[in-house]
Amino acid sequence: MDFIRRHLNISILAAVLFAQVLGLAVQVKAPGETGSTTLIRRWAVLLITPFEEAFVHTQNWTGTRWREYFYLRDVRRENERLKSELEQLRLEQVRLREDANQARRIQALLAFKEQFISKTLAAQVIGTSGSDQSRILYIDRGANDGVQANMAVITPEGIVGKVLKPFPSSSQVLVINDQTSGVGAILTRTRLQGILKGTPVGEIRLDYVMADEKVEIGEDIVTSGGDRIFPKGLPVGKVAAVSPGRDMFLNIQVKPAANVNGVEEVLVITEVTEKEPDTKDLGPVRASDILAERLPSVPPKPEAPAPAGNPSGAAPAATVNKPAVRATTPAPAANRTDPASGTPATTPKPANASGAAATTPSGTNKPGSAAATNTPKPAVAAETR
Amino acid sequence: MNISYTSREQVEVYKFPWPVAIGVPLLALFVQFFLPVHAPFLLAFDLPLLVTIFFAVSRRNPVSGLALGAVMGLLQDSMAHHPIGMYGIAKTFIGYLASSLGVKIDVENPGTRFLMTYTFYVIHQMIYFAIARGMAGEDLAWHWGHEAASALANSLMAIVLFAALDRFKERT
Repeated sequence: MDFIRRHLNISILAAVLFAQVLGLAVQVKAPGETGSTTLIRRWAVLLITPFEEAFVHTQNWTGTRWREYFYLRDVRRENERLKSELEQLRLEQVRLREDANQARRIQALLAFKEQFISKTLAAQVIGTSGSDQSRILYIDRGANDGVQANMAVITPEGIVGKVLKPFPSSSQVLVINDQTSGVGAILTRTRLQGILKGTPVGEIRLDYVMADEKVEIGEDIVTSGGDRIFPKGLPVGKVAAVSPGRDMFLNIQVKPAANVNGVEEVLVITEVTEKEPDTKDLGPVRASDILAERLPSVPPKPEAPAPAGNPSGAAPAATVNKPAVRATTPAPAANRTDPASGTPATTPKPANASGAAATTPSGTNKPGSAAATNTPKPAVAAETR
Repeated sequence: MNISYTSREQVEVYKFPWPVAIGVPLLALFVQFFLPVHAPFLLAFDLPLLVTIFFAVSRRNPVSGLALGAVMGLLQDSMAHHPIGMYGIAKTFIGYLASSLGVKIDVENPGTRFLMTYTFYVIHQMIYFAIARGMAGEDLAWHWGHEAASALANSLMAIVLFAALDRFKERT
């Protein structure tokens, strides 16, 4: 006792350190969160986040009023720019829709199951962990809003992180550049898979890609879906640098698609549904058609006079053109081939019957496709739905 | 009686009005948690550590220094995702060291403050990493360049912050 009284300060230091080390040991030993630590975190979050939330919402309210009612400079010019951008995007959409339809058909052939994001929840970032050793964000949505642990958090640009702990009115989000984070990712061009991890300085790297693989700077990276948190195909970022790493793997540095360090609004994916791609609106299609569209096209033959007894000009069965075969199957959409006439419902019938099916499901001719160049296709494959 | 290498003036013990004693640490925590949302580079600063050092060297009381360090560290831990106690232990130790040092040497001039903060920051990070790797089993990597740059940034910030907080000092 006398020793403690004489060395009071150092004794108190030892006692406080001992208590904390003991608490730490208990947490490390026990898997997951223990009751007391959950309580401490909950109290701390309940104490701090309301202030942050109030601050952020006041800031947003003021900013919105300023932008919407006072600061309207260049709005007209911006409006015109956006209109022209919209027109460009509409054109691009037509092309992408065609590609998407084709991809869905192929997926249906392979009995693929797609993951669809069916519900998201918009949230505001209200705080951080305040430490660069722990890349954590706090959002203003919690368990009361339906947020659960391990839900993906994204922005329209790309993935941000996952929900680590939901509290009643806020949630803790582990950002992808944290050292303990791990996301399954895939390189879009080479289809190489790896695991996305954070570094101590807040950068992101793609691990476990073999050193003998060729990875180019600028290649896109998307989620692989293998972690069962992020649906497959969400943008992750681009390859920023590649160098030989330790062991037998490449050291791939990634530039994230989303601004993970300064993000202010996010979307929490609250529901993901898994289903086979819906191809019923796309009309029946033969496997050979899909393959043929990918094959190099043959120049069109010169027009020959139609033989007697075949006034429509369609080719005989043995050499039937692909589109002519398609024309014999019913298609539900308005701009599909009309089952009665064998011509597209919304497009005039071309001189050559094969031209009918050159019309794509979206009602446009796909330049460069086999059908558009009027190439005869072998009618050998069975129809596949 | 403590052995001092400084004049009586320099080992003066200060106290603070209670709104400052409570408000400044809470404000430091709030700023630390909130501001990096808009300015991510601020994560390099450890305001709770700087406030712990300032109050510890000003009060020159090891018990209040370690207590403030423990509270600040534990609150920081509770907002992060690692086990609670990692920052707590590191800041408890720094609070004790800073108050003990405050009794021995002059900590009022900017040069000393710079060196003191630099050293304490590096020690703080070393303790944190030792606990993280040794006890919590976390796979953290130590980057000398990053830690040295952060220590420099925090030391420069300390000069400004301590000068601002000096205004609230009251002699006992």
